[in-house]
Amino acid sequence: MHDKTLKHLSDGLASGEFSSTELTRSYLDAIKAKNGDLNAYITVTEEQALAQAKAADEQRAAGNAGPLTGIPIAHKDIFCTRGVRTSCGSKMLDNFVAPYESTVTERLAEAGTVMLGKTNLDEFAMGSSTESSFYGPTRNPWNTETIPGGSSGGSAVAVSAGLAAAATGTDTGGSIRQPAALCGITGLKPTYGRVSRWGMIAFGSSLDCGGPMTRTAEDAALMLNAFAGFDPKDSTSMERDVDDYSARLNQPLKGLRIGLPKEYFGDGLDDGIRAAVNDAVKTLESLGAVVKDISLPRTELSIPAYYIIAPAEASTNLSRYDGVRYGYRCENPTDLQDMYMRTRAEGFGAEVKRRIMVGTYALSAGYYDAYYNKAQQLRRLIRDDFQTAFDEVDVILGPTTPSPAWKIGEKANDPVSMYLEDIYTLSTNLAGLPGLSLPCGQVGGLPVGMQVIGNYFDESLLLNIGHQFQQNTDWHTKTPN
Amino acid sequence: MEWETVIGLEIHVQLSTQSKIFSGSSIRFGADPNTQASLVDLAMPGALPVFNENALRKAVAFGLAIDAEIGKRSVFDRKNYFYPDLPKGYQITQMDHPIVGKGHVEIVLDDGTTRTIGVTRAHLEEDAGKSLHEDFEGMTGIDLNRAGTPLLEIVSEPDLRSAKEAVAYLKKIHSIVTYLGISDGNMAEGSMRCDANVSVRPKGQTEFGTRTEIKNVNSFRFVEKAINHELQRHIDVIEDGGTIVQETRLYDSDKNETRSMRSKEFANDYRYFPEPDLLPVEIDHDYIEAVAEHLPELPDAKVKRFMDEHGLSEYDANVLSQSRAMADYFEQVAKITGDAKLAANWCQGELAALLNRDERDITDSPVSAEYLGQLIQRIQDNTISNKIAKKVFEAVAKGEGSPDEVIEAQGLKQVTDTGAIEAMIDEVINANPDQVEQYRSGKEKVFGFFVGQVMKASKGQANPGQVNQILKEKLKG
Repeated sequence: MHDKTLKHLSDGLASGEFSSTELTRSYLDAIKAKNGDLNAYITVTEEQALAQAKAADEQRAAGNAGPLTGIPIAHKDIFCTRGVRTSCGSKMLDNFVAPYESTVTERLAEAGTVMLGKTNLDEFAMGSSTESSFYGPTRNPWNTETIPGGSSGGSAVAVSAGLAAAATGTDTGGSIRQPAALCGITGLKPTYGRVSRWGMIAFGSSLDCGGPMTRTAEDAALMLNAFAGFDPKDSTSMERDVDDYSARLNQPLKGLRIGLPKEYFGDGLDDGIRAAVNDAVKTLESLGAVVKDISLPRTELSIPAYYIIAPAEASTNLSRYDGVRYGYRCENPTDLQDMYMRTRAEGFGAEVKRRIMVGTYALSAGYYDAYYNKAQQLRRLIRDDFQTAFDEVDVILGPTTPSPAWKIGEKANDPVSMYLEDIYTLSTNLAGLPGLSLPCGQVGGLPVGMQVIGNYFDESLLLNIGHQFQQNTDWHTKTPN
Repeated sequence: MEWETVIGLEIHVQLSTQSKIFSGSSIRFGADPNTQASLVDLAMPGALPVFNENALRKAVAFGLAIDAEIGKRSVFDRKNYFYPDLPKGYQITQMDHPIVGKGHVEIVLDDGTTRTIGVTRAHLEEDAGKSLHEDFEGMTGIDLNRAGTPLLEIVSEPDLRSAKEAVAYLKKIHSIVTYLGISDGNMAEGSMRCDANVSVRPKGQTEFGTRTEIKNVNSFRFVEKAINHELQRHIDVIEDGGTIVQETRLYDSDKNETRSMRSKEFANDYRYFPEPDLLPVEIDHDYIEAVAEHLPELPDAKVKRFMDEHGLSEYDANVLSQSRAMADYFEQVAKITGDAKLAANWCQGELAALLNRDERDITDSPVSAEYLGQLIQRIQDNTISNKIAKKVFEAVAKGEGSPDEVIEAQGLKQVTDTGAIEAMIDEVINANPDQVEQYRSGKEKVFGFFVGQVMKASKGQANPGQVNQILKEKLKG
């Protein structure tokens, strides 16, 4: 049952093949069996899940079921959930129980989904491997010696290993797409402003974006339908009509113009991934798409730009964790200064501290122009590059990551080599564009993914391409043993 | 050496919106600690600010009132520093793109001369909470009710040349914001707070001396005293061969002195950068026009109108239009009585004295404009004399009822019955034959004696005009 897509489960619930309670119980059993090894979940909310499942079954009996009613899903532990701990993978928030609900999880709850629990992540979403969590690393179900990617690694593993029908993730520089690729699932980072950030713990406010992590593009559409759209509580969410993302899935791809940026296929790309993406391109061509070579010349500059802007925003977003109102506070502070220093020294992990320091430095008097301002200029140029490309093509396609999953611990002490793994995903966040990662092959028994990048608010088109690709390939059906 | 003083003021005005600048919490003063602090005000994880458009409208109104440029695109920034009553670890403010740009106001000095004072800018920002050091042994209590209260920070040019000018400027800004109704201007409750940048230079020198900033001088009186004290300190230090250190100083009103808070070397690096949680505010021409349409009459225009329309002197017009509430009060009394001069005299005479004695504001006057109007009407229709009117005014102020009720209850109605007055006069004349003799022999000064006796006999209620007239005739003999 756990290798079924959300769509199949939705149909099964609708036809009465099984109840939400049965489905939820079977997922909870699977979590019990496997989470010890995989560490996908930080918190499992068994009682609440069964109560929600019961309510969903009653709702269905009353004839009020929607496509997501009774579907058991997982939430990245960065979305605040009322009454359930939201840790953000940090000791700082190990004791934090929000008295409010994020808009994304609230809308999914209103759609009838059942929350199985909260999934593991890099501390405050800062990382590409889910190793920096206070709750220990999450393991890739395809090979438990390897990382699942990050920062939404727990969600990716939950879906991949059959511990949830679907999951939420957040993507600041690739944190949905990269773990989706490394775990063999589908992950969508929507356009910045399409999904409310209310109640989603901030990392880089101008980059953060919530999105679905699912088996298929069709499933991603069902999830996005439930939570996309304007939210008066988030000033950066866009007041603009939301598509029915399921409506266009079956449009033919004839005449679709796909751009292949040469910078995404250069040195540093694993040969196996290159071959897999090339095969995928051939598949899309056979479906009528037209391929064109393009250039995104500032791709390489997205790394320095991102690693200034994201830490700069993070350095001040994380100032609120001061031990005064909630969260961790050091024991027996001698005075205010001591409380601040020890609370933050003891409450944050190494990678978070590194980024706070980098960001603080970049915003400091005398360095601001050289770093932050320059990075913002680069950001505009990167955005311009994309717009120039979209004059000629409808979507841009390339690998999601330069390499498959690496061994746990391999890059833990080499932050720069870890940062380079994000080379293909960072620039879409800097530009605010949507990107969809789809499984497209395997290298050495590990899944790899390709990414389709669309213009602003073109999520429907991306999901249409993803669905058509998945109708003609079977990478998305493969599951780890 | 002759010294010239240079002063610039930064005035924080609390805007009288219903809710906070970035959250829906109330900003009512005096609530129990932390009962007006929402998720946003508490800086809970994942909470986001949403800009209160009402604060924008009020800021634009101020910009229009001081003839300033309005920023077509204004941007919020984060000002980063750690303090327990600053929940996010940054304040949302405006740095490079404030809502209000360069403007100016006119101030009138005691000698009647006017000066134009430049306003550099005015920007929107959020207030911090309060740290409560009493009541918590060895700890500090934090009250976040005030956190997120909308402030308009108004920064003047260094155009002020004396403490008196600084006070006149502060009063002018106070009058403008209260006229506009964008703030209650209540300095005691912190609705208006002032920091003063102060320096001295030898007269004739063009470059500025080193300045110090005096924090939180929160009454008109303390502004003058604090600045004068600080100026003298500057002069003393320099004349003793020392140098002024650029620093922030706190004014102690009990000791009337300033002391160092922090020097520039220890100043925070605030790491300003654009607030990514808020979009830039775009203001178009139509918006500004709409605000302009609803602007009330401002103090300068009111002074002119009081002179033209009501025939008041410039002095009277200035005094009566210092606050919108006073001006409204006066105009209401003038309207009821149809006599602006008389209304002005009462407002500046008995009423001002009463308010001053009881330390009350006009908005809190124990005698309403309706009652004062009624009182003056009773003088006009000869029901009571001026002298009795003052007695009635006191009684009304004590809450004994309307002027008519007081007059009725105390039987203060003027005696205008000629027969009754004649009878009283006859009695007085008969009782004082010597004085009658003196008067008739040409000593007209004793006339006043007779008036006094008659008024006394009538308990002050005889109509003085009638008394004079009848007395004169009877004394002729």
